[in-house]
Amino acid sequence: MSKKKTWSKVARKSQFNKAGYAFLGPYTVLFATFILAPVIMAVILSFTNFDTIQFPSFVGFLNYINLLTSDEVFMQYVLPNTVKYAILVGIGGYVLSFLLAWALANLTKWPRTILALILYSPSMTAGVAMSVLWKIMFTGDQTGYINSWLMEIGLINEPIVWLTNAQYLLPIVIIIGLWSSMGVGFLSILAGLLNVDESLYEAAAIDGVKNRFQEMIYITIPSMKPQMLFAAVMQITGAFQNGSVSTMLAGNPTPGYAAQLIVNHIEDYGFIRYEMGYAAAVSVVLLLIVQIFSKLSTKLFGEND
Amino acid sequence: MAAYKGHRMNPDKFDKGQLKLYLFVVPLALITGLPIVYIFFHAFKPMEELFAFPPKFITTHPTLDNFTQLFKASRSAGIPLSKYVFNSLLITISVVISSMLLSSAAAYAMSKLKFKGRDLVFNLNQIAIMFVPVAVMIPRYLVVEFLGLTDTYWSQILPLIPLPVSVFLLKQFVDTVPDSLIEAAYMDGATELHVYFKIIIPMIKPALATAAILVFQQVWGNLEASNYYISDEGLKSLVFYMNTLASANGNNVAGQGVQAAASLLMFLPNLILFCILQNKVMNTMAHSGIK
Repeated sequence: MSKKKTWSKVARKSQFNKAGYAFLGPYTVLFATFILAPVIMAVILSFTNFDTIQFPSFVGFLNYINLLTSDEVFMQYVLPNTVKYAILVGIGGYVLSFLLAWALANLTKWPRTILALILYSPSMTAGVAMSVLWKIMFTGDQTGYINSWLMEIGLINEPIVWLTNAQYLLPIVIIIGLWSSMGVGFLSILAGLLNVDESLYEAAAIDGVKNRFQEMIYITIPSMKPQMLFAAVMQITGAFQNGSVSTMLAGNPTPGYAAQLIVNHIEDYGFIRYEMGYAAAVSVVLLLIVQIFSKLSTKLFGEND
Repeated sequence: MAAYKGHRMNPDKFDKGQLKLYLFVVPLALITGLPIVYIFFHAFKPMEELFAFPPKFITTHPTLDNFTQLFKASRSAGIPLSKYVFNSLLITISVVISSMLLSSAAAYAMSKLKFKGRDLVFNLNQIAIMFVPVAVMIPRYLVVEFLGLTDTYWSQILPLIPLPVSVFLLKQFVDTVPDSLIEAAYMDGATELHVYFKIIIPMIKPALATAAILVFQQVWGNLEASNYYISDEGLKSLVFYMNTLASANGNNVAGQGVQAAASLLMFLPNLILFCILQNKVMNTMAHSGIK
């Protein structure tokens, strides 16, 4: 029996080469052309001075040095804002996704489906299309819905100018970020939860697991690591790459850089000042930050332990 | 005797223990759903209700005015709305089908086949997920132009087929397919193609449905192609049209109704697709024989 198994593995290895390339090939060609090549070009651009009209000129690490030493806006506003946003929307959204998915998995089918649909619905609305909604909600005079409601219940006496007030802008952006954070990661956690082998729970109960919390920690999460990892990576990239809400509410740059996130900083340099080289350098730094966090989550949920 | 017997996910019947969960989920769902409901009401509001003060959440006299205004605008622009709809459908369907096929094949290869270069492609794919899209807009335009794809449907289809996120998602699910099952199939003389179509695809259907929704959203809402690669008005997509219209009407209260109507129309296909696929997305693979 064991002999047969070894043989089949050897056979797999030798013939798999061709099949492997055949299966992976078509995707890889398109991926290399439309994603990898542009990313490599962007990395190269980060070492140049490029105004999008003249041919880029090589400047070495100048863009990176400038970013770290002389970009006050980046250090004072952009980085702290991004960290706050990433912690609240990234980690907060992830925990919330898991708890909601777990609660939903414990409900019967139809209520679960309907509630999941509602929770997921913000992810279905294209960002641009929703700008109208948030603008109306947070209109700065008494015709705005939020102002009108708050005045009605007596919490405030005068309308608040939400979208130009530095104090409120970032919290609003964070709330909207959380609102739309039940995305595909949430769906994959839900699918993963429903997929956990039921006999594991019975076995665990016999082994001394006493309540649902222990069950969650010892059985549920370990047996759905791939989905947990996928959701974590989605949440991290989402939290760091989100920026459309800030600019659509308050323009770019946001008033007093109050809600300026890294992505907005990149857009500011790339598409308003036309300093593509510098914008590319900021993107590379962002890539490194996201990489670090996703490495951390791979450590947490990776298969290799 | 252990008092705790272990509980089951996906219960068949309602019991009192679920009430606590409802208390947690329902309020959050209400808050989440409110803005969508609002867009819905707003799209059907007549002019005087749009201007109403204090602002009203619920529409009392629903009207289709905002929608007729949308259609009128397209007639006066020279290109019928149906052309944009056709473009978007053609592009979206082509991308979703090819993307599902190529991505799942790639995921299968990355997860279950062994060959040189496999891990390299996987790692590059992972890095690509983490690179901000705004940074590659201009380089990608250069690639599309270099290949001579500008002003063709191809430029709206080919760049959107590779979606690293969906390959990652599918690979994570293929990982959960037990090797012993595949091993057994090889013993019975199955080829990789058999394994792919007969074992992998059926088993990762929930993930495929999720990935399809993801790709659909990307393509359906994609503005980049119409904005940068296409100058021929007749090849542009529905979302582009809706977006120009919305921004043209954007800065006055009267335009808000039209904008809401446009948002609603763009949102509906997403909703319908999700409802069709939800069974797959939510459904347990526990019933499909993975044990």
